[in-house]
Amino acid sequence: MIMHNLSIAELIKGLKNKDFSSVELTQHYLKRINESKLNAFISVTDDLALSQANEADLKIAKGDSTLLTGIPYAHKDIFCTKGVKTSAGSKMLDSFISPYDATLSHKFNLENMVMLGKTNMDEFAMGSSNENSYYGPVKNPWDLKKVPGGSSGGSAAAVASRITPFATGTDTGGSIRQPASLCGITGIKPTYGRISRYGMIAYASSLDQAGPMTQTAEDAAIVLNAMAGFDTKDSTSATKETPDYTKKLTNSLDGLKIGLPKEFFSSGLDDGVEKVVMQAIKEYEAMGAKIQEVSLPNSMHAIPTYYIVAPCECSSNLSRFDGVRYGYRCEDPKDLDDLYLRSRSEGFGKEVKRRIMIGAYALSAGYYDAYYLKAQKVRQLISEDFKKAFQSVDVIMGPVSPSTAFDLGSVKDPVSMYLADIYTLSVNLAGLPGMSIPAGFSKNLPVGLQLIGNHWSEELLLNTAHQFQLKTDWHKSTPIEL
Amino acid sequence: MSLDNKQVKEIAYLARLSIEDTELEQSTSELNNILSLMADLSEIDTGDAEPMAHPLHMSQRLREDEVTEENLAEEFQAIAPKTGKSHFLVPTVIE
Amino acid sequence: MTWETVIGLEIHSQLKTKSKIFSGASTEFGAKANTQACAVDLGFPGVLPVLNKEAVRMALRFGLAVNATINKHSIFARKNYFYPDLPKGYQISQFEIPIVGSGTIDIPLDNGENKKVGITRAHLEEDAGKSIHDLYDDYTAIDLNRAGTPLLEIVSDPDMSNAKEAVAYAKKIHALVQYIDICDGSMQEGSFRCDANVSVRRKGEGLGTRAEIKNINSFKFLEKAINLEVERQIDILEDGGSVAQETRLYDSIKNETRSMRSKEEANDYRYFPDPDLLPVVIDDELLKDIKNRLPELPTEKKARFIDTLGLSEYDAENLTSQKAMADYFEIIIDKGADVKVSANWVMGELSASLNKNQIDIKDSPISASELYKLISRITDNTISGKIAKDVFRIMWNEKRSVDEIIKDQGLEQMTDIGALESVIDEIISKNLDQVEQFKNGNTKLLGFFVGQVMKATQGKANPKQVNQILNDRLS
Repeated sequence: MIMHNLSIAELIKGLKNKDFSSVELTQHYLKRINESKLNAFISVTDDLALSQANEADLKIAKGDSTLLTGIPYAHKDIFCTKGVKTSAGSKMLDSFISPYDATLSHKFNLENMVMLGKTNMDEFAMGSSNENSYYGPVKNPWDLKKVPGGSSGGSAAAVASRITPFATGTDTGGSIRQPASLCGITGIKPTYGRISRYGMIAYASSLDQAGPMTQTAEDAAIVLNAMAGFDTKDSTSATKETPDYTKKLTNSLDGLKIGLPKEFFSSGLDDGVEKVVMQAIKEYEAMGAKIQEVSLPNSMHAIPTYYIVAPCECSSNLSRFDGVRYGYRCEDPKDLDDLYLRSRSEGFGKEVKRRIMIGAYALSAGYYDAYYLKAQKVRQLISEDFKKAFQSVDVIMGPVSPSTAFDLGSVKDPVSMYLADIYTLSVNLAGLPGMSIPAGFSKNLPVGLQLIGNHWSEELLLNTAHQFQLKTDWHKSTPIEL
Repeated sequence: MSLDNKQVKEIAYLARLSIEDTELEQSTSELNNILSLMADLSEIDTGDAEPMAHPLHMSQRLREDEVTEENLAEEFQAIAPKTGKSHFLVPTVIE
Repeated sequence: MTWETVIGLEIHSQLKTKSKIFSGASTEFGAKANTQACAVDLGFPGVLPVLNKEAVRMALRFGLAVNATINKHSIFARKNYFYPDLPKGYQISQFEIPIVGSGTIDIPLDNGENKKVGITRAHLEEDAGKSIHDLYDDYTAIDLNRAGTPLLEIVSDPDMSNAKEAVAYAKKIHALVQYIDICDGSMQEGSFRCDANVSVRRKGEGLGTRAEIKNINSFKFLEKAINLEVERQIDILEDGGSVAQETRLYDSIKNETRSMRSKEEANDYRYFPDPDLLPVVIDDELLKDIKNRLPELPTEKKARFIDTLGLSEYDAENLTSQKAMADYFEIIIDKGADVKVSANWVMGELSASLNKNQIDIKDSPISASELYKLISRITDNTISGKIAKDVFRIMWNEKRSVDEIIKDQGLEQMTDIGALESVIDEIISKNLDQVEQFKNGNTKLLGFFVGQVMKATQGKANPKQVNQILNDRLS
């Protein structure tokens, strides 16, 4: 038995059957993390992990455990963890030991889960390659010269290389789905409002949503059960009841109506990626699903819309990093302006500054209507397109990313980087759930299939993904050298 | 709409970011490239579409008026860059 | 040249909620610096705001009290600017759609008439912290206890045409927020703050450029600051200059206003809807509930004082101008004291002493029930009105009870007719000349005899009885 290839479902069984203890499991993963060369972690919390594992074992022995007690995980370094450095991949927060727990961290602690460490990410979740981290880029485990995707690149690489059973991610414009696709793992971004945002460092508040990054859809369902739910501390958290996401995994897909947006298969999509996606669709057809074309005409405006809305929100969200109460402060500020200007200019990286400036400009007097307000209206149109499409189909499918993982350092121009987000952004703008599952390989690099559902249809998405994984082995493939 | 160097400096200051003169030219051209992406927004006919600020149609939940927070001043100030007896300190502000 | 002045006021009224507008931290005044600033108030990474129900109810109470439109959907927006006492780099406020729309309030003018002043809007927002500049040599100290305290910003129409009207309006709002129990009204502690927008124009011309005056913490200073600013603007215009649109700080020590240039530099607040907060929806039921629980408003109380207590318009206006004074007066009345006598005492002796010593009626050294006792000792003939004033002064200074003072000082009116008769007989026997003159028709001398009796009894004789006995003896 190779412990690290076990799914969470299998690890739960193993712990229950006393095949191994949580401490053994934790030691095994910590060893793998410390041997890993991917730079997937910003902090490895060895001592904390072992003490949590110890406690978990005691709970298990006493019969006082929950389903996920003793299961190790890696936490994206965007979630506040009390007493543990929480950097958001930024020099600005390199010294920030969070004085409080995010709701999600708190929930995991209540279940006595074991945090292995905090994963690397693009600074403040801004990026699609993980090259915007103050802690250096993460490497793609399938090819160390390639990017893992971003912004949850550390989480994706860690799960793909089996140095953690699962990891948390956040997705503002594709930051769970795109790295999941590029690293060949399963990732789901639930409906906006499903998982509390309290303690998750905000990039763009109306778009940010957390989600699990796992080996399998079944694992994603198990972890989502632990993550989802109403939180009184988050005004945008939904009061809607949370189902048991594992309940409908085995439902048949016979008669499922799948829509393929014609706009997702136009020029710009890599041939190899398209081929893998179409093969996956055929697999669904074989399971009894009905395939039809749909149109999302405004989804092509998602790039300008997103790159106005998100920077506007982030320019304001990141104003709190001013060197006054916590985080980076420049040396010997000579006056207040100097304190602000140098702390922020030295503390933030290039991409973050770029987006802050775009946002400050788009909100400024005289430009608000042309940029921010206009983008809000287009956002409505994008959302209405989906509403229309979901009147005739159950699930929308397509590519996650126009290409497979690209070479580290190869995309230097911000605009080219933004353009690669084309298939993921509209899902966030509309607040819909979206998923990426391993669907095959193009030139030895993983390709993800994107599943998009209507609001609150996570159960159906997970069911659709799980059925595919029962028929295929792509999610079981691991990078050769590991 | 395209930005010149002077505007870029003004926007940077609005966001309390400083740009060295040596990087100004490049910043301006990068920002203009990004803004050129947004150019086609103005051409979209949005008709009478309502501006969408939130993905969900929910209304604000209200909290009971209760004091639930304890005093954690010491913990909070322990991670502050500069504090006095019980204050956060910044360089003297002239009003 | 005739000049007209146009004044509008922005009043920041701190709402008396127990906790902050977006967090569960306490709002109590006077705590040690930063001990009432929680993670949300400090703007830690990842924290989120959740709106306080009571703050919403208080804003609605105000809206209903000024007959304002209530916006069933209102939106919180972010006002972005950098300042060390603004932890998030933005203030959560309401911009395009405030919770309270336009309303009106009547203010009394000097000529006894009322003037209607328009209220443009009232919106909810969070207060900032405090910057303290004189605590450290090279640093400004930041105390964030106040950060996140709920504020209702009440914006008037530019309807006031002189400083007196502005003060009358401010006092009306000040009284109202206390009547409806949403603000403690303390200008000293900063829970009620006024900013004045002032402009002047030549008669018949369009609106002039306005200056906003900040940092006014009393009604007296409000009047002074506006008058100073009006003079300053007229001087500039008469010299052919132009008034700059700017924020000016009132300095009560130097008695001047001066430009706050440091805060003026190209402020572009980049307002946009706060994505962490959703639209505030007010349903009819909530509104009805708040309406039903609304206490008696000053205008209603005034009408009642006139109609059922029989007070004059002037007295009723005066007594209801402050909630605390009306409450004080009503305690006395409710105990059964004479209405007119009580009104005179509250508006006269009590108000004068409070004003002279600059004491708020809430902190009056003489409680309403003590004053009631004093008034009833007058009406039950224990002491005369004149003696009562002496007793009042002793009560004020020594905080002793009425009856104790009357007893200790032997101030009761003489009730023993026999004793009074012998005092009067003695005076008559010592002043036979005057008795003779009186009997010859010089009736004015009655006053002389009364005076002598009062002197001999140290004012304790009942004037009515004295007159009676004297008339008896001298006829």
